[in-house]
Amino acid sequence: MIDDQRDIIDEVTEAEYKYGFTSDIDTDVIPSGLSEDVVRLISAKKQEPEWMLEFRLKAYRRWLQMKPPTWAHLKIPEIDFQAISYYAAPRKQAANADGEIDPELKATFDKLGIPLDEQKLLSGGVAVDAVMDSTSVKTTFREHLAELGIIFCSMSEAIREHPDLVRRYLASVVPVGDNFYAALNSAVFSDGSFCYIPKGVRCPMELSTYFRINAANTGQFERTLIVADEGSYVSYLEGCTAPMRDENQLHAAVVEIVVEEQAEVKYSTVQNWYPGDKDGKGGIYNFVTKRAICKGQGSKMSWTQVETGSAITWKYPSCILQGDDSYCEFYSVAVTNHHQQADTGTKMIHLGRNTRSHIISKGISAGLSQNSYRGLVKVMPKATNARNYSQCDSLLLGDRCGAHTFPYLEVANDSAIVEHEATTSKIGEDQIFYCNQRGLSTETAVGLIINGYAKEVLNKLPMEFAVEAQKLLQISLEGSVG
Amino acid sequence: MNINSNINREAIGLFHSNSSTIESHSSRLLNQHRAQALELLEQLPSPDVKSEAYRYSLFPAERWMRCQKVFAPITCDISTDDIFRCNLPNLHAHLALTLNGFYYAVDAERLQKLPQGVIVGSLAQAAIEYPDLVAKHYNILAPNVSDSLVAINTALVQDGIFVYIPRNVVMEQPIQIINMLQGVEPQFVQYRNLIVLEENSQAHLLVCNHTLSPAAFVSNAVTEIVAAPNAVLNLVLTQNEHNQATHISHTHIDAQSGARVNTHTLSLHGGFIRNNLRIALSGEGAEANAYGLLLADRQQHIDNATLIEHIVPGCTSHELYKGILDEDATGAFCGSIVVHPNAQRTEAYQNCNNLLLTDTASMNAKPQLEIYADDVRCSHGATVGQLDAEAMFYLRSRGISERQAKLLMMFGFAHDVVQHIGIAPLRERIDELVHKRLNGELNRCHTCPINTVQQ
Repeated sequence: MIDDQRDIIDEVTEAEYKYGFTSDIDTDVIPSGLSEDVVRLISAKKQEPEWMLEFRLKAYRRWLQMKPPTWAHLKIPEIDFQAISYYAAPRKQAANADGEIDPELKATFDKLGIPLDEQKLLSGGVAVDAVMDSTSVKTTFREHLAELGIIFCSMSEAIREHPDLVRRYLASVVPVGDNFYAALNSAVFSDGSFCYIPKGVRCPMELSTYFRINAANTGQFERTLIVADEGSYVSYLEGCTAPMRDENQLHAAVVEIVVEEQAEVKYSTVQNWYPGDKDGKGGIYNFVTKRAICKGQGSKMSWTQVETGSAITWKYPSCILQGDDSYCEFYSVAVTNHHQQADTGTKMIHLGRNTRSHIISKGISAGLSQNSYRGLVKVMPKATNARNYSQCDSLLLGDRCGAHTFPYLEVANDSAIVEHEATTSKIGEDQIFYCNQRGLSTETAVGLIINGYAKEVLNKLPMEFAVEAQKLLQISLEGSVG
Repeated sequence: MNINSNINREAIGLFHSNSSTIESHSSRLLNQHRAQALELLEQLPSPDVKSEAYRYSLFPAERWMRCQKVFAPITCDISTDDIFRCNLPNLHAHLALTLNGFYYAVDAERLQKLPQGVIVGSLAQAAIEYPDLVAKHYNILAPNVSDSLVAINTALVQDGIFVYIPRNVVMEQPIQIINMLQGVEPQFVQYRNLIVLEENSQAHLLVCNHTLSPAAFVSNAVTEIVAAPNAVLNLVLTQNEHNQATHISHTHIDAQSGARVNTHTLSLHGGFIRNNLRIALSGEGAEANAYGLLLADRQQHIDNATLIEHIVPGCTSHELYKGILDEDATGAFCGSIVVHPNAQRTEAYQNCNNLLLTDTASMNAKPQLEIYADDVRCSHGATVGQLDAEAMFYLRSRGISERQAKLLMMFGFAHDVVQHIGIAPLRERIDELVHKRLNGELNRCHTCPINTVQQ
């Protein structure tokens, strides 16, 4: 039995990372290293206004005084921030006047299954902002969305074309000095998506950003800002992949979301950065700050994430529940295999009255990986009738991996009800036996059980993603019988 | 880091300027361990600097700075009658007392030799009379945790209680340790207890902390307990100090194969309390049950930090901690379960429930699971909330006043923990104390004159 398991695990380890190819694209890469001059150079390359440069420099000076966080349950090798190039952009970038894009770029995204050609999509499909290395390559369906007053474009364009909106909201949720990686991002972020949904508008299609790291020795630092004005609704998807390389690459993004009165934002991520090979060589360091603020009364925020990639994940999508009656939910499946490490979870800060939050986290660890849930539920003294329920389950596949739970409950209001529960176990022999008995192979049985285990979260994903996520789960874990 | 309030450096300085006094009022064995602890203090972070372990309970440095540091035993005019009147009715326990950290001999005998080879008495004296026995166990468990307060204790401590239960001895009568604090000026007091239960032995141990005068004492206690294979220990810690007192306790327990350890940490009263409890399940089939109750009001702060380590396969642990917080009190629970690699067939359960009675009280909970083996059944749950509205309605609809209904429910809530106390007279007594405490009445042993100090 043990030998069988080893064989199956070996088989899986040999399964290739599907998106590990590199594209031969002429790329403009600045020399590695970080200094004020580099920050100025990035700002100049992007033809940014003076206030943006000031913003970056302020962030850079803050960053110099900060230290990388060490509290996570992660072993992070020392990162040489001077060895990274902070800007890489395809030289023949973006579309020309006729909307034609570099065929090589297009081919890359086609290969990833992200068509940049609007005709190829069914009507009412998904609008995509495709980001390669440091810049946005193309944003589809822009005109169609503009008719409704929705702004969906790259961050660089937004800074140039909608400076008032950007200035008003940028760093309003994640301040420049929030943490080490957020400060770094604020100083050197290259691109990302900007999205504004006007009052009362229900966005008719899913908005999506696809991030691709291609160039070597670079880091990706994108910045996303989503603003949902009063009574609006948007569903946003984020996907990402990177080539297989032996060295580690840094991805330090910031996502900020502002949800105004009665508005609703649904943010879904399928994170599939290159996780490194089976010996733990290479892979992306995914150090991301994501935060939403439910600003207005009755606003609603929903985070759904499927984390399967990255060598190291440090990520806590969180929400500040400021408006009365606001609600936030967090659904997460985090899968780690081989030498992957993940420390992920959420933070719910209850400020307003009658605010509610719901956390469902499912961790699956296999191989030699370490998978931690870390979450904070904080109820401030004025948050009357705050309600939280958290459930964090861990599933262990294999006897050499680790599953950890680090919840923090801080309650300063007597009318609050905060509940947390967590369980850790492996797949029960009785469960496998039951399936075997009904003619299912152990392999299929495990797949079935894992899928059932993660179902609650996968169900929350939009259709397009749910299928991809389910496949991903199977690729990552197939056969790792507990 | 604020250099001015570096407690570690202060403690090192204290040792060097008082080393001859400290060593002369202790024993050679205890003195031998100081150098290493002092070295450790150079490296460890100071306890008043925010750290993950003390996230919710920063060591009150200014209180500590104001304390007198006395390194010689004091005399006291408490009559033995008074002490015995404080004793629980029907408990009939063997008494062992400390006064400001030194063993306090009622009859000048520093080691009581009880029947069947049981030894109860001064740790420093035991280290002189039974050097091999004490050396085998002293300061073995405590250094496993990087906590500078433990290192400070090892560096400066002079005495405490030693309990030895030989093989196959089943102690019917409980042993009661009473730690008393007395002084006009605030004092920094340390003591160290070493409890050894040999194979197949059984004992009940009750530890009480009392302040005899209203000064702002700061006490730092370390207790090391070894439960050899198949030993059974019931340990009850009751804390009933006044609002100015600061009490930090560290209890390290090694439960070897087949041993069963039940602990009750009952914090009924105190200004600032932090209880560190670490139970290492180091032998197959060991079992630990840890219960805790905290009742806090005014500006009290009570924090329970537990660490249950499943080191080998086939061990079981249960934890239940409950808290009721009133007025401006703050409470914390930092519970950690660590299942080491290869500790298969582990069962570990942890539960922490808390009631907040006012909007100025607050509770922080940090229940954690760290699991490195796969054949485990582990779960934890934590809640912070109020009394169940439906149950309240049920009681009210039966004509019970709101106040009575609330009391009844809170009492029931606390009784979940109290009911597990193994010593019947003690269980009844604690129930009574909890009842009085919830009722807002004098919650301390009111029959005892040493405890009726004005607060």
